[in-house]
This record gives sequence, C-alpha cells and structure tokens, in this order.
Amino acid sequence: MSSISGLIFSAVFFFALNSFCSATARDLNVCNECEYKTIADALLASEDGDRIIVKSGEYKEHDLAINKEISLIGEGRPEINAELKGAGIVINRSNVTVSGFKIRNVDVNYLSEPAGVRVEYSDNCIIRNNEFENTFFAVYLAGAKKCEVLENKIAGLARTESSSGNGIHLWKCRELNISGNEISGHRDGIYLEFVSSSFIDGNFSNKNLRYGLHFMFSDSNSYSQNTFETNGAGVAVMYSKFIIMKGNTFRNNWGESSYGLLLKELYDGLLEGNLFYKNTAGIHLEGSNRIEMIGNDFIENGWALNALGNSYDNKILNNNFINNTFDISSNASKSNNTYSGNYWDKYKGYDLNRDGTGDIPYRPVSLFSMILEKSPESIIMLRSIIVDLLDAVERIVPSVIPETLIDEKPSFQKRT
Amino acid sequence: MIEIVNLHKAFGKTLALNGANLICKEGCVSALMGPNGSGKSTLMKSILGLVIPDSGTITIDDEKISNGFEYRHKIGYMPQAVNYPHNLKVIELFEILKKLRTNDTDEELISEFKINEIYEKKFGQLSGGMKQRVSAAIAFLFKPQILILDEPTASLDPLSAEVMKAKIRKSKEEGCNIIISSHHVSEVDEMADRIAFMLEGKIVIDRMIKEIKNGSGNIRLGKVIAEMLNTN
Amino acid sequence: MSISILKYVFFDLLRSRFIITYGIMLALISLGVAYFSNDEMKTSLTLLNIILFIIPLVCLIFGSIHFYDSGEFIEFLLTQPVSRNTVFRAEYLGLTLALSVAAIAGLIPAIILNGITVSALFLTIISVAMTFIFTGLAFLSSTINTEKVRGIGLSIVLWLFLAIIFDLIIVLLIILFRDYPLENLIIIFTSLNPIDLGRILLLLKTDASAMMGFTGASFKLFFGSTTGIVVSSLAMFLWILIPYFLAIRIFRKKNF
Repeated sequence: MSSISGLIFSAVFFFALNSFCSATARDLNVCNECEYKTIADALLASEDGDRIIVKSGEYKEHDLAINKEISLIGEGRPEINAELKGAGIVINRSNVTVSGFKIRNVDVNYLSEPAGVRVEYSDNCIIRNNEFENTFFAVYLAGAKKCEVLENKIAGLARTESSSGNGIHLWKCRELNISGNEISGHRDGIYLEFVSSSFIDGNFSNKNLRYGLHFMFSDSNSYSQNTFETNGAGVAVMYSKFIIMKGNTFRNNWGESSYGLLLKELYDGLLEGNLFYKNTAGIHLEGSNRIEMIGNDFIENGWALNALGNSYDNKILNNNFINNTFDISSNASKSNNTYSGNYWDKYKGYDLNRDGTGDIPYRPVSLFSMILEKSPESIIMLRSIIVDLLDAVERIVPSVIPETLIDEKPSFQKRT
Repeated sequence: MIEIVNLHKAFGKTLALNGANLICKEGCVSALMGPNGSGKSTLMKSILGLVIPDSGTITIDDEKISNGFEYRHKIGYMPQAVNYPHNLKVIELFEILKKLRTNDTDEELISEFKINEIYEKKFGQLSGGMKQRVSAAIAFLFKPQILILDEPTASLDPLSAEVMKAKIRKSKEEGCNIIISSHHVSEVDEMADRIAFMLEGKIVIDRMIKEIKNGSGNIRLGKVIAEMLNTN
Repeated sequence: MSISILKYVFFDLLRSRFIITYGIMLALISLGVAYFSNDEMKTSLTLLNIILFIIPLVCLIFGSIHFYDSGEFIEFLLTQPVSRNTVFRAEYLGLTLALSVAAIAGLIPAIILNGITVSALFLTIISVAMTFIFTGLAFLSSTINTEKVRGIGLSIVLWLFLAIIFDLIIVLLIILFRDYPLENLIIIFTSLNPIDLGRILLLLKTDASAMMGFTGASFKLFFGSTTGIVVSSLAMFLWILIPYFLAIRIFRKKNF
C-alpha cells in the first residue's frame, strides 16, 4: 500500500519538476527601456509558460494574438490603445491569463465583432482586473470552457441598441465563472447564448441600454448577489432551463418597457431572496413554468409581478409585497400558480388566533389591474378616484378577479 | 328729473309692474304707497338698476339708465333692511363706499345719526335699529341729488326717525328729488308732497297732497285715499 | 375702485373661520403625507389625489354658500355706482385668491420637508388652477339658481359628475370599445375634464409616467409633448374662463 502511494508521489513530483524545468518559465518585460518595446514583440518571442510583464505606459497596438500558454500581466495599469484600428487581445490557446490592463478604443465592426479581449475555443483562461473603455465588445468568449472573468471594470459608450456590443458576451461556453465585474454603457451588460453550468456572481451591471444580464438558450446556470440598476431592463432569462437566481438586487429599472426581471419560457427556476425595488414591472412572467419564487422583496414597483396566463405551476411563497402600485396582474381568467404565505401591505384582514397568518384569504389582483390587462388604454385613469372606488367595490363583492388567484395564508407580518 | 314710462316687469307668471308711469321732479318728496306686492319695491329697484325691466324706460336727467351705472353717483339709497356682513366694521364699510363714490361727503351726518359711537363695531354686534341708522347715514352721506328711501323710519328709533325727517326736509329745500315708500299715512302726510298709489303694478293715484286735502276738505288723508280707490 | 371691494372680500375671507380651518386641514394632511412617505414623488402623488378630491369639493360647495350668503351685500353694493361686472369680478377674485392662499399654505409643510421640486411646483399650479375652475363653476351654479338649496345641490352634482361619473364613463367606454383604436378619443375626453387633466399632467412629472408609457405610450407621447402641454393648459384656461363668463352673463341680467 505504502509503496504504491510512494510511487505515485514520486511520479507526480517528477512530473511537476520536469514540466517546471522544461517550461523554463521566463519573465519577458515590456516597456520603453525594456528588452521588448511592444507587446507584439514580446508575444512573438514568448514560449509556453512564460510571463509577459508589461510596465505602465500607453501601447498603441491592436489585434494582439496570444497563441501560447502564457500570462500577460500589466504592472501599473498599462494601457493598450487600439486606436479604433481593430480588436485588443485575441486568445486562441488554453491556460492563458490576462490581467492588470486598461484596454481602449476597439473598432466597431458588425461582421467580425472585435472585442477588448476575445477568447476563441480555449479553456481555463483567466481575465482579471482589467479596465475596458470604449471597447465595442469588452470581453467576448466563444466556445470557451472553465474560464474566469473576474473583477474587470467595463465602461462603454453605447448610444443605440443596434450599434453597440455587449459588455461580457458569452457564446457556446460552459463552466464559466463571471464574478465581481462592473459593467456599464453596453447593449447588454452580460449576454449568454448556449452557455451552461456557469456562475455569475457579485457583478454590478448598470446603465446598459437593453438588459443588465441576458440569457438565451442557456441551461443550468446560476446568478447570485448581483446588482442590476438603471438598465433598459434588469435581467432577461429566455428559452432556458434550470436557472438559480439568489440574492440579487433589481433596482430602478424604470422605463416604458422596463422590467426588473423578464422570464420568458424559462422552465424550472429558483428565485430566492432577491430585492425588486422601483422597477416599472418587478417580474414579467411569460410562458414560464415551475419557477419557485421564495422570500423575495417587491418594493415600490409599478407592477410587482405580472404573471401572464400561459405560465403554469409557479410557486410564489413567503415574499414581501410593499408599496407597489399593483402587486399582481394577470390577463388570465384563472390562475395556475400557487400563492401562499406572502406578506401584502394592502391586506386588510385580521389575525385573531395570532398564528401570524391572516384569517381571511387575500386576492392580490385589483379590479383595475384586470381592466388594465384587458384594455391598456385605461392606464389613463391611473390614480383617479374612480379606480379606488372600483377596487373598493370589488373587494366587497368579488366578481371579476380570478377565483383561484388567491393567497389562502397571507402573512400578517413582514417576512424576514 | 326721473321719468318712468310704461314699465313692465314679470317674475315668472306674476306681473310685478304692469305699465307703471311716474315722473318725479327736484324739490319734491314723492311717496310710493300701496299694499304689499303692489310693485313699490320693484319700481324702486328698477330705478336703482337692481331689477331689469322687461319693457319701458327710465330716464334720469334726460339719460336712459339701461346698462349704465355711473348715474348712481346721483342717488342715495336706503334699503328697508340690509344684512351687512357680520365681520365688517362700520368704518370699513364707509371706507369702501368712499372709494366707490367720488362726491363730497356730509360729515355732519356721522354725528347726527350717532355713527361715531359705533364706528369701530362690527355689523354682527349691531342691533337692527343701529344698522338702519348706518343705512340712513349712507343714503345721505354723499349729498345725492336723488334720494330713494324704502320705509325709512320703519325700524329706526324715534330719535333717529326725527333726525331722518329733518334730513328729508332739508334735502328737499336744497332741491333734492326724493322718493320714499311707506305704509304709514300719517308719516306720508308729514313728509311727502305727493302720493303715488300703486295697485297690481300700476300707479292708480298720482296727486299732490295739498290738492287732495283742498279738494276734499277732509282732514284724514287715509280716508280720502280709501274713497278715491273705491271710486276708481 | 373695484380693488376696494376685492380687498375687502379677500381679507374678510382670509380671516374667516372656514378658510383658516381649510388651510390648516390641508397643511396637516400635507405634513402627514410628507412625513410618513419617505420620498418626494410619492408625497406628490398622494397629495395630488387628496388635492383633486378636496379642492373641487370645497370650492364648489363653499363657493356656492359664500355666493348666497353674500347676496344681500352684493345687492347693497349694486345700489352704489359700480358695475355688475366689477362686483362679480371682485367677489370671484376675492374668493379664489383667499382659497388659493389657503391651498398654497396647505402645501407649504410638504415643500419645507421635501424642497422645491418640479412636482411640488406643478402641485401648486394645479391647486390654484382647480381653485379658479371650481369656484367659477360654483358661481355659475349659484347664478343659475336663485334658491340656495338648489344651487348647492347643483354644485354637488357637478362635483360628483366631474370627479367620479365622468371617469366612470371613460372606463366603461374603454372596456366596451376595447377592440377599437380609442386613444385619440380618450385624449379628447380627458381634456374635457379639468380633474383628469390635472392628474395626468402631474403623473407625467413623476415616476408614474413610466407606467403610463408602459401600456399607453400614445398618452405619454401626447400629454408629455409641447403640443400636449399647450393644449392642456389651454383647456384649463377655458375651464376657468367659460364658467366665469357664463356666470357673469347671467349675473348681469339677474333681478334682485
């Protein structure tokens, strides 16, 4: 037994030593007074396992292709200025790290979609602690696996949706970790298409024209602890399955077609402990099934949750609905979703047995929101006396509100 | 001179004035008499412009009064009773009026009607008699050429009533054109030169008091009037 | 010369128990609303609802009562050398200015707590506009009816109609004819009601404008545009001028 383990140990040690020696692990310095004056020269001279250390200064270079397993490291935040002549860095090999740079002025080209850092069909890349400014696409991962995009600051100058790129664009990737980035001024902050088994955590996506985060055909992913603020809409999850959404903040996504979170044909998701604050619509649910919404806070939204009739078997449990103009709206004549244990600030019931649950059920859809759903023009009556009157009448004599859209056990206290 | 020609006024179905004619001249006190509803108030209000006649004309000093208001500078009016605003002080009312009317004022009046005692009081604190004293003073205050007095002594205290009678006499001597309405024949006898008796919106008797008395020899004016009405 | 009557009417009302109570009541409401709702927009929206409810009601009913109560004094003034226009204008302006002062005083606590903002400014303008419009309507219903009870009754009916029934009709129209393109018709209809106009104009100055754009983009487009604001302001002005001049026409022919 011990001899076998000894053998394995020595084999591993030998292998490690061997690879260390054969890589010869050099540091190639780039600066005005250094051996290499340009990054391109250093890249050309480098071999697998080398580190290229780029000292601070401005480097007017573009389309820097990395074909070797190297680390490209900026010291004192050197600036790569592509001068709108092409892309920044293009990675074609696995095990590449790019960190510490400021990359600016990438060309706009709708065919080649140039990026600040582009990764093509490579694994294990790390893109960390870089700043991107006016890079059409900032980080573009195509066919990448097990890559990490960490702590980058990405600021674009997007003016129109059709003429701008995404902050972090992910296509056909899996097992990614996209964390701690700050993204603004793009079309979508983070865009995923055909991406699976990835984590998107602790990012701050704001002032993007379309979505803060956008899923298309991307299954089995998780995003947590992110903040989506003042985007065209917060997050859109479309045509995807098995998405976990926890502890995110969807804030100030106010606009004429603005959502905090748009779920369109999402199957099987968990939405837990998120905050929806001041969005035109907190969640817009369309053709989405089996989603559990648990312990979320919906505060001061226009519509907290707009659940269209084609959504089935969703569970809305133990959430807080506070100061929303409309809590739930639906175009359905009957509800196929479960509402239970939520706290509704508009609830006018009582709790005689003091079990924390209101003794009479709560119907979270107001008559006016029903009318609005069927005749959008009636929005013109928003905040008029007649609306309050209609709602009061409906409370007393319920007749139009779907019988099944009901919270049988409304919480009497705010959920914590 | 006030000339009223063929004045008609209907309120709904009731005819308040039905062809009233009247001429009043300077230096003459004309007394409008007649039962309630005979059209005395409507006629007076027509002269003041408060009632707009359906047809007929009212001319004051050769000018038709329709649509104008300037002519009211010439008129002093004492209504039968006014409910002045409760919070209004007497002095404030006088100030408002002095701004509305540019004529000189007769300041002696203020003491004659003992207004100075109640100058600082609000109308809400005044009795009916006190309010009438104020109304009386206002009628004479701006030395008007025409005086229209609706039941002038009716709710005045005896002392003020005497002051009022004296003022009427004095104004007449100064050439004022005075119209009063009254129910009291004795009072009319005492103050007026002429009687215009109204019935159903018309003036049915229009005679100088002297003439009536001379003609009948009867001392009691009331009886004479009653006889005249019977013969009509 | 008309100014002396106006001054009297204005200051007399300003000292009156009713106007003082009205101002204090509004001030307490706005203080409460501003104190308990942490953000400025929400304060404005809540206050808007209250203002659009209370001001028309108070102006209509108190305006009528005041007009009838002043009847004898108005009659007295008209025996003096002033025109009927002058007296009517003085009564109208005296009352609207006094009510406006009370309304503005009522908004001051909210403005102190939240600062001078666009929506606070709008709220003030709308309050004053509502006061002018509904006092005019009160005077109109009082000149139409010589009987006090009927005049006040008509005022209440006017309030019910403009505050509730009118909107109910619009909602019913929208529901019944939802298959037809109704936007333009609705824009015209709501412009016919000053309460709706006030509400929509302020809504567009707040967060709620996004909700308006969310389902009824054409409303936002119209009422948010320069044309829309010009048309709305014009409609408001007509709402002040038309009842006023109708009332004055009747008042000039009135027999006392």
